[in-house]
Amino acid sequence: MTTLLVGLDGHSSGERALAHAERQAKLIGDCELIVLYVIEWSPFSFHTAEENAQRHKRREEEIAFAQERVLDPALKQLAEAGVKATGKVLHGDVADTINRVAKQSGAEQIVVGRTSDNGFSQKIFGSVTSNLVMSASVPVTVVA
Amino acid sequence: MKRSIASTAAFATLALSGAAHAQEAASLDQRVNEIFANSTGWFVNLIFSPLPGTNFPWIVLWLVVAATVFTLYFAFVQFRFFGHAIALVKGDYSDPNDAGEVSHFQALATALSGTVGLGNIAGVAVAVGIGGPGATFWMILAGLLGMASKFTECTLGVKFRNEYEDGTVSGGPMYYISKGFDQLGLPGGKILAVLFAIFCILGALGGGNMFQANQAHAQIANIVGDYPGWITGVIFAAVVFAVIVGGIQSIARVTEKVVPFMGILYVVTALIILLLNADKIGWAIGQIFDGAFTGLGVAGGMVGALIQGFKRAAFSNEAGVGSAAIAHSAVKTNEPITEGFVSLLEPLIDTVVICTMTALVIIISGQLIVDAQTGNYVLNEAGSAIATVDGNSGVALTSAAFAQGFSWFPYILALAVILFAFSTMISWSYYGLKAWTYLFGEGKTKELIFKIIFCIFVVIGAAASLGPVIDFSDAAIFAMAVVNITALYFLMRLVKEELSSYASRLKSGEIKRFEH
Repeated sequence: MTTLLVGLDGHSSGERALAHAERQAKLIGDCELIVLYVIEWSPFSFHTAEENAQRHKRREEEIAFAQERVLDPALKQLAEAGVKATGKVLHGDVADTINRVAKQSGAEQIVVGRTSDNGFSQKIFGSVTSNLVMSASVPVTVVA
Repeated sequence: MKRSIASTAAFATLALSGAAHAQEAASLDQRVNEIFANSTGWFVNLIFSPLPGTNFPWIVLWLVVAATVFTLYFAFVQFRFFGHAIALVKGDYSDPNDAGEVSHFQALATALSGTVGLGNIAGVAVAVGIGGPGATFWMILAGLLGMASKFTECTLGVKFRNEYEDGTVSGGPMYYISKGFDQLGLPGGKILAVLFAIFCILGALGGGNMFQANQAHAQIANIVGDYPGWITGVIFAAVVFAVIVGGIQSIARVTEKVVPFMGILYVVTALIILLLNADKIGWAIGQIFDGAFTGLGVAGGMVGALIQGFKRAAFSNEAGVGSAAIAHSAVKTNEPITEGFVSLLEPLIDTVVICTMTALVIIISGQLIVDAQTGNYVLNEAGSAIATVDGNSGVALTSAAFAQGFSWFPYILALAVILFAFSTMISWSYYGLKAWTYLFGEGKTKELIFKIIFCIFVVIGAAASLGPVIDFSDAAIFAMAVVNITALYFLMRLVKEELSSYASRLKSGEIKRFEH
């Protein structure tokens, strides 16, 4: 069975990636999708003592929120289309986390949307998508 | 037009009455100072009373003996597990599935933002100003030993923290004292925990608040000229109020992000000044060693240097005080001892690195006046401290010393002091609040009462003069250490069990690094 990994971002670019992966899955036939939503998070950021004390609770809330807003609708859409899929919400560096899950799950390919962000930080650090393309250990499809 | 004339007139009246009030305000500062000094004097005397027949405060011995006992009991854990502590902070042993939880780095950074601050800038200047360069030697020694105290208390902080159903955590000495004593079947845990909580509230209002407000004001006044302290106090209190009562976390978050950069900027500037004066470093280190054992003419001689060094180290890194255990207990880990390892880096960064930088810059700057003939330091008129070029003490002395390297540095330092003071206040408001809710229970109104009291003390701290404030701050923080360390002696065997279990599992490979 073929496994494809789709990265969502909660925006239209993620939806386009999802639609593309759905089409591919149908073409392949025996195919399973892993739908991933990564919440940007660095273990090296700074917080107040009070924020730290509440961190576990906030994390649960963030995961529940992303699950409900982004992941569940995507999984529902795939189920209706008859495509086998599982979903995950994770914290971490987005590009690193997508790549790590792809490796762990033995995915053949990563499908992500092209982000339209053109802000200052993207110019300096590169976008999540370009970072992923540069570092990925499996083929990446970037959906326009 | 008419309106603008009217408003100008109103403004002029206001300005005039303001001038008339200025004198009153100055005496208001004095009155605050007097009342404060009179009402806290007995407490200060009790904590700092000397050992019979000497002028050595018993509390200083108490802290150093504890740090030495922990160092020996855990067989120099601060050196044996130093590398492991770094690996933990880097996240080598963190499960990637725990991403999004509080990391070792974050717990350490939060605890550091509560301790790095004025103690490192103003406190060191006080130590070197009174105890001479030799105080630095004792400060470093106390910092190295203090790593073991910090290790002990932070391990217990995580081990006995409360994890509530809603996912929030609370930890600290109040919890480990009462739960730890219960576990060992020892009596009196509850009483000690309550005592600790009372002192923690006083410490939060003293060292965590008034001392900060006081030195922040001194720093601003040093740049814009003298003005009544209560004005700074009111402004600071308003901002602190906005964060801790108004819940405007964005202000706190900005400071939390700026503070580490300020810390790095401070150390880098100090390093540049030291490099520019590389020829004097050998001499300065010589002064530190000579002064450590002879005193080089300071008040109290060698013992004076030692007392100042030990006192300032304890005040700066808070090892044995128990405050850091509150901050460290929020970390995500299944092994309480890992946070103990991480926390032992705190006194190292705080005291051994940052405080030493400050001390070296002050010594090299030549701000401390030396008698050219004897090579000893010249005392001021009162004979209480070393005479300085402009009569500066505390943060003003550090500022003047750095200004000799870079004339613009006092402005950066003022900003750093204000931000450090602010972030320390925010941290301590949380420590104080945890102690408060331990005593009185949780609840919106109860918490609000503490937060308002906290803000009032910001104003008092800014208005009072340095002497009484620093005495009370030290006394309150050391009172915490009296209770905390007493409890640590009883509880340290629990830490030893954790240590030997963890060490053997680390050796056998049961605990291993995660692939990232």
